[in-house]
Amino acid sequence: MIDVNTFIGGFPWRYVPHPEPAVLSQVLQREGIDGAWVGHLPSAFHRDPSHGNAELVAALAPFAPRLRPVPTVRPDWPSATRELDLAVRVSAPAVRLYPQIVGLGPGDPNTTQVAVEAARRGLVLVLTVRFEDLRQRHPMDAVPDLSAAFVRELARASTGATVVVCAASREFIEEVHWGLTPAERTRLHWDISWLWGPPSDELSHLLRTIGASRFLFGSMWPLRLVQTPLASLELREADVLAAVLADPDRLGLSDEAGDWR
Amino acid sequence: MTTPLAGGEPLIDVHAHFFPDGSGYHNGWHLNARRLEAGDRIGIVFHVASILGSWGATSPTYFQSLADTVPANDAMLALQAADARVRTYVAVNPNDGAGAVAEVERCAARGAVGLKLAAARRCDDPVVTPLYECAARHGFPVLHHIWQHRRRHWPGQDISDGADLARAATRHPTVSFILAHIGGGGDYAHTFAAVRDVPNVYLDLSGSGVDRGMLDDALAAVGAQRLLWGADITLCTGLAKLRALEVIGLSADELADIRWRNAVRIFPAHAFASLGGRLSPARPA
Repeated sequence: MIDVNTFIGGFPWRYVPHPEPAVLSQVLQREGIDGAWVGHLPSAFHRDPSHGNAELVAALAPFAPRLRPVPTVRPDWPSATRELDLAVRVSAPAVRLYPQIVGLGPGDPNTTQVAVEAARRGLVLVLTVRFEDLRQRHPMDAVPDLSAAFVRELARASTGATVVVCAASREFIEEVHWGLTPAERTRLHWDISWLWGPPSDELSHLLRTIGASRFLFGSMWPLRLVQTPLASLELREADVLAAVLADPDRLGLSDEAGDWR
Repeated sequence: MTTPLAGGEPLIDVHAHFFPDGSGYHNGWHLNARRLEAGDRIGIVFHVASILGSWGATSPTYFQSLADTVPANDAMLALQAADARVRTYVAVNPNDGAGAVAEVERCAARGAVGLKLAAARRCDDPVVTPLYECAARHGFPVLHHIWQHRRRHWPGQDISDGADLARAATRHPTVSFILAHIGGGGDYAHTFAAVRDVPNVYLDLSGSGVDRGMLDDALAAVGAQRLLWGADITLCTGLAKLRALEVIGLSADELADIRWRNAVRIFPAHAFASLGGRLSPARPA
């Protein structure tokens, strides 16, 4: 099992205990998780992500291949394709985009272009709906959540890119999934970090209605407990207890896009 | 018998809810069954629970009418009578004044074990005082819904925060106050600072929030003997927190305190009679 939603580095709005790659590696081992896609948390808030990307690559090098870097790309920044090329050079599986933080809305042409270029390079795009619950945010943290409309527009843009959306709620996922054609849905995946187990059983419901092949394991470490998605999986309802989530290493491959529910 | 996911040591959920027919939850009985089923898998021995009026069907969840309050508490007591795993908080709206006190008395006589207050009136408002006095008479802890750091008003609730509860608890030192769901929304760091020095405020760990560092900071602020495990309406985050507690350096005694011993200490003796005898006299509250 691979955790597609982890970071290293600090968070501007609250203290995060030891967000270092060595600790992440130990946590994964302790929890029986084989590896992780790792972003650089501070870069989400930087104007230019290039320095943070360099820091990420250097920090993770001793932990390859268990920890794989996921550099940040700012779609409206002149160096966007340079960061994509960096990602290819370091064998990154994906790049992370934070359009809501830099004020890019649904249908943004720069994001569409980055998606096309990422697909050309075999890179997955990772979007993050939110880092924290709206109710606990710092007074200066006025960035809205990523909108469902943004994800719908990106999925409808025929860029060829595979997109992983992290930290989406059940309502968000359903609004996007059922707002796309079956063909558009096949390029879209969701991590399970914000889907609740019993008694509301949102995760079980979505595995049943949308299909396990659309979902990936993700925790949002170091911001959130890695034990949460593991617990959600353990507490699934009986009829979906054996459902197998998608394999991140197979995203975008022809045999991956088989779920047309 | 299969070992529970959270191990075999007793486990009390001090913040649970049930949902009767006709409530704002159309699938209430399914939710109830799933809570108990998942609770068994986790290893929950007791669900201490409330029903907040009609859950919005005929009066707002956090501003429940007296007409909704009485049948909700009856439904909760019926669940308790039917299932040995269930215990009842009597939930009332403090604005009902003498009617609210009478409802607590009525439910205490029928076996309720605690008082649940939500967000119909700020917890340090003098209007609530008769309810705290009533709780003291019955030895009931008060589970109070809390927004962690109220920086503004939010719709649908007249919310209290940790600082408000600290004031109320200081005025009523013989009552144990359970500060609801530190993971239930808002800035828990503010809460920890607000209640650190108020010994009759206990923190319930429930809520969907699973921030790393939250449990460590709660422990540092109030110690293991003022933490209570709970899940509220997300049992997955409850299980996750139990597992996190196991790896943050607690002793076996401290873990047992959080899982069940603290609850046994602050609830009436009849609430968990089967566990009361297991409390070690060498580890007083």
